[in-house]
Amino acid sequence: MIGSVVVLASVLVIAVILVVLVGVGVSRSRRGRRTIAPPPAPPLPEVLVTEIAERPELDDEPTLGSRLGASRGVFDRVRSLSATGAIGDEQLDVVEEVLLRSDVGVATTGAVLEALRRDGAPDGIASAVRRLLRESMVAERHVTTEAEPDRVAVWLFVGVNGVGKTTTIGKLAHREIAAGRRVVLAAGDTFRAAAAEQLATWAERTGADVVRAGEGADPGSVIHDALGRASARGADLVLADTAGRRANSTNLLDELAKVRRVADRAPGQVVETFMVLDATTGQNALAQAREFLAAASVTGIVLTKLDGTARGGIVVAIERELAIPVKFVGVGEGVADLIPFDPDEFVDSLVRA
Amino acid sequence: MFDALSDRLERIGASLRSRGRLSDADLDLALADVRSALLEADVELSVVRAFLDALRARLAGQSLSQSLSPGQQVIKAVHEQLIEVLGGSALKVTYASRPPTVIVLAGLQGAGKTTTAAKLASWFKQQGRQPYLVAADLQRPAAVEQLRVLGAQIGVDVFSDASDPVTVARAGVAEAARIGRDVVIIDTAGRLAIDQALMDEVRAISDATAPHYTFLVIDAVTGQDAVLTARSFHETLELSGIIVTKLDYDARGGAVLSARGVVGRPIVFASTGEKLGDFDLFHPDRMASRILGMGDTLTLIEQAERTMDADVVAASAGRMMDGSFTLDDFLAQLNQVRKMGSLGGLMRLMPGVSKEMRNAAANVDDRELDKVEAIIRSMTPRERREPVIIDGSRRSRIAAGSGTTVNAVNQLLKQFGEMRKMMRQMGGANPSLPPQMGKLAAMAARRGGEAMPPGFEALGAGMRTAPASGGPKGKKKKGGRVTPPKQR
Repeated sequence: MIGSVVVLASVLVIAVILVVLVGVGVSRSRRGRRTIAPPPAPPLPEVLVTEIAERPELDDEPTLGSRLGASRGVFDRVRSLSATGAIGDEQLDVVEEVLLRSDVGVATTGAVLEALRRDGAPDGIASAVRRLLRESMVAERHVTTEAEPDRVAVWLFVGVNGVGKTTTIGKLAHREIAAGRRVVLAAGDTFRAAAAEQLATWAERTGADVVRAGEGADPGSVIHDALGRASARGADLVLADTAGRRANSTNLLDELAKVRRVADRAPGQVVETFMVLDATTGQNALAQAREFLAAASVTGIVLTKLDGTARGGIVVAIERELAIPVKFVGVGEGVADLIPFDPDEFVDSLVRA
Repeated sequence: MFDALSDRLERIGASLRSRGRLSDADLDLALADVRSALLEADVELSVVRAFLDALRARLAGQSLSQSLSPGQQVIKAVHEQLIEVLGGSALKVTYASRPPTVIVLAGLQGAGKTTTAAKLASWFKQQGRQPYLVAADLQRPAAVEQLRVLGAQIGVDVFSDASDPVTVARAGVAEAARIGRDVVIIDTAGRLAIDQALMDEVRAISDATAPHYTFLVIDAVTGQDAVLTARSFHETLELSGIIVTKLDYDARGGAVLSARGVVGRPIVFASTGEKLGDFDLFHPDRMASRILGMGDTLTLIEQAERTMDADVVAASAGRMMDGSFTLDDFLAQLNQVRKMGSLGGLMRLMPGVSKEMRNAAANVDDRELDKVEAIIRSMTPRERREPVIIDGSRRSRIAAGSGTTVNAVNQLLKQFGEMRKMMRQMGGANPSLPPQMGKLAAMAARRGGEAMPPGFEALGAGMRTAPASGGPKGKKKKGGRVTPPKQR
């Protein structure tokens, strides 16, 4: 026991000292550095380039409705409730349950309930709920593909680990190539083992170019190289992958901000920054959106894995609070299973039995 | 992890603390607050309801407290109820009498199965086992490659084959038995619980390999869907337990409570960071304490004992107490602490550490610690023993040698001096050690509070754009390995 206490004591002391030391040291060195000229850029990593010219056919586009997963029965109960007239507690409870189970969140659910209490539901509860949700989703959903003259449009993809960033890029590459654009993929996830291989596989499937570097390379330099390559080849669009990162780490967010700056430097121009979000994510998604918005100026959300049982209702809260629109949704594993977001259909899907 | 929930509960406690006694109205209010705290933490609705019913029963039956304030009474009840929902104590992992012990990992896409497989293998290796990885995720491009790379990092062989998942799994287990490995971990493809074909496939893998353990890997930030997923996988596979990943993400981790509450199987392991070492058995009682912000010293001690070199620690800890602690000892300790995992993770386990401190620790870049190491390594042996002799010109030399600034050197020396002073004081008051530690942490936090926030805001970006100040990248570390510069 004494041994344990000593061990614990030393761990505590050292860890505390380190935190203080590093924190203070950095603020100092930062202050000092302002007068120093920027250091020369690090040497670029060796870049491997794969090129495939073949262009695949675009499958028929699925709809959200055709891919929705399991039964969404709860709203049956809402619809079976009396269509008009006063709204009782029991009905409000059902609405609350439906919304909470869709991950819409406590705040948004509260707002909907309050509106129902206040205004009633002259044309039925289900359509009132549908209307209230739809009113939260009015942001502009235009997807920009054009950059200024002489610059290459860049779509940057950010998000936490495991949401499907790399897969989303593969699918969007397919979509944009089918629309006649020349696409270069930048394997900016240099952290996760084999992420670049995964992206290269997608490049092969879709006929995009891919620019990649070894594991541990600087993501900024990979994207820089991809831009150089894209402008040399006259490509229209660079899709830039980044490593998944938790949204509560200042370091990782700062790194992301830097990657975005590199991507936005001529000849590149970031025209869209997509936050990829897994539909199974709960309330944490709001924190993710807030942080990624601040660090990388997110312009849109790609909501993935909507073909499962999760409903992704948290995007209502995200759009309501942060005005970040959902622009695409992923509804399956196939290469064509990424479709533009349709708010009417989405809200319907939340309300549909 | 769970910070949001514990903050909420703390606030609930505070609002009740001012009242003399717990009335029915108070109880309703408190339960309503607990309810939204749980919902905001993504705990599934039916689990929330069951939790509240049990909590109400627990509190209603109690006569008003003798020694506890109403707020404390609620928090205590929540704590007990959390332990109950999370499941009493940690699962004891037993091994098959006829090895290998077979483990199947299953879960949704992106839950972190492949990384978990490697972390689990690394954990078994630490337990003195000989694990073997089987890459049966043939769905996601490069998943096999990812497992191979991770396997190479931890020194565990990976079995793969381009046939089909069931064949790979079966052949992998046979191969493990043939070469005498005693634990086999099978990584399967991510699948949706409603995808019947893929669920049948994972079922077939399970039938073909007769696993001793089947773990569902679930993402801690999963929302209400956690329950449906857990239930469907449980129906198909008869889970023996759950592994929670990304528990370091923010906060809430309500998925843990939900999944546990619905399938009635224990959370067995938890993954709390990107490093392969950020992974351990899940201890419900400790987690309940952590949810309520009580720290977790037991885990800390265990982690220390597992990773630290006892001789090194004992020698330098002894010197710590009698005040003859040198910079060499400091460096040795630093390396020991780094072996334990990320500073952020350690701080979370420490009792009495403020939130600011925890956040600061979570944002410490590993390369900053490299810098500290570089500064000390740029000193002569005598300077390390007697830092008082380090004058202006020595400081410049050390700064130049370590690729840092004189300011950074000064800072290190100043902190080291203060640390020595503090240690001497503590050495005198040995029996009352833990409270002293608390004071130290509080003091450091205050100090950090003044100086840290501006530094931390730009910490990462600042350091990264200036390779010149990150001197020791690629430096030769002890053991003679040259470590390449790490990204992130």
